[in-house]
Amino acid sequence: MATFNFELVSPERVLFSGDVDAVVLPATEGDMTVLAGHSPVMTTLKTGFLVITSNPGNGRRILVRGGFADVNQNGLTVLAERALPAEELTQEILDHEILQAEMAYDATNDPAAKHAAESAVAQLREAKAALNF
Amino acid sequence: MPSLKDLRNRIASVKATQKITKAMQMVAAAKLRRAQSAAEAARPYAERMSTVLGNLASGITVGPETPRLLAGTGSDRVHLLIVCTAERGLCGAFNSSIARLARDHANRLLAEGKTVKIICVGKKGYDILRRQFSQHIIDLVDLRSVRQIGFEQADGIAQKVLALFEAGEFDVATLFYSRFRSVIAQIPTAQQIIPAQIESGGASSEAVYEYEPEEGEILATLLPRNLTVQIFRALLENAASEQGARMSAMDNATRNAGEMIKKQTQTYNRSRQAMITKELIEIISGAEAL
Repeated sequence: MATFNFELVSPERVLFSGDVDAVVLPATEGDMTVLAGHSPVMTTLKTGFLVITSNPGNGRRILVRGGFADVNQNGLTVLAERALPAEELTQEILDHEILQAEMAYDATNDPAAKHAAESAVAQLREAKAALNF
Repeated sequence: MPSLKDLRNRIASVKATQKITKAMQMVAAAKLRRAQSAAEAARPYAERMSTVLGNLASGITVGPETPRLLAGTGSDRVHLLIVCTAERGLCGAFNSSIARLARDHANRLLAEGKTVKIICVGKKGYDILRRQFSQHIIDLVDLRSVRQIGFEQADGIAQKVLALFEAGEFDVATLFYSRFRSVIAQIPTAQQIIPAQIESGGASSEAVYEYEPEEGEILATLLPRNLTVQIFRALLENAASEQGARMSAMDNATRNAGEMIKKQTQTYNRSRQAMITKELIEIISGAEAL
């Protein structure tokens, strides 16, 4: 299977850099899978799991919260505002994230921001359920 | 002529000072390593961010639709200076060189008849600038309780700046910080952050992008984030520079203290010897007189 270059960068560090088969992105307008040779796209991300597949049947999940994905001929670059690999996730971290998202929901009156915060809470709850906490 | 006791006390106090400066140097060296790796780890994000922004911005034409963070407000009457310095002193010329750069900039703007507003990040810069610009300083961001600078702190500052910008409080924002070149070289830097300075994208700019959601919408979320990233980078560079400056300042101080101890010890030994000789002469001449 053709591979492409993928980089996942958070403000603090580079989380992933290398060749992969496929990446599933939690884009704002719906999840999308990026494969090799994808046409150039730029999209914003919502809260959710980003799944990296580097060989069939073997995926890595990373929880991202907001950010951008840039697909061009050189590969895929994801600039995540916050990124937490599933291995490093604990119940406390998730609870903290949920609390923060709920606070963001309460703090704003802007309908768009409220909607974003609401879906972030939902996504985080889902993530929590998926990880069996 | 100081007495022997005075000299002894003086040597002891210089020795104590030397111990402190030596310890500070070692602490700064350890902190520097951490701060430097944090600054280096943050660089890729900032670089990718400006590439993405460059790609995006080169594709659109500046019009009335363009976000004001990119196009500016159309005037440059009110300037905001964000001055990032350290919370602690004893780091050589680190704080004063940033403050001097900001002061020169502010004076030049004032001479041109512009309005200047200042946000100080870090207490030391505030202390220096307060003397001359106390009526211009609108805010002080205190990071003293923060151990390791995270994205949240930068975001907090960026939100403040954005709120001011939305309220039409200023037209141009400039960020002052010290770029970390090496342990002995930190370069005070002024960087304009609003309107955003875009390096035009290179070869990839002709690529036909699909945007999801709309181009303008992406740009509208990307620009505030870019501001945060720039501030974050400035804070990290600053933290590394501060430790570097402190390390070399304390190294100098330790060396100076060593020299001083050497000199004082010499004087001490000389005057001790002189005293002994004097007493001997007195005894001998006394014996001869008998």
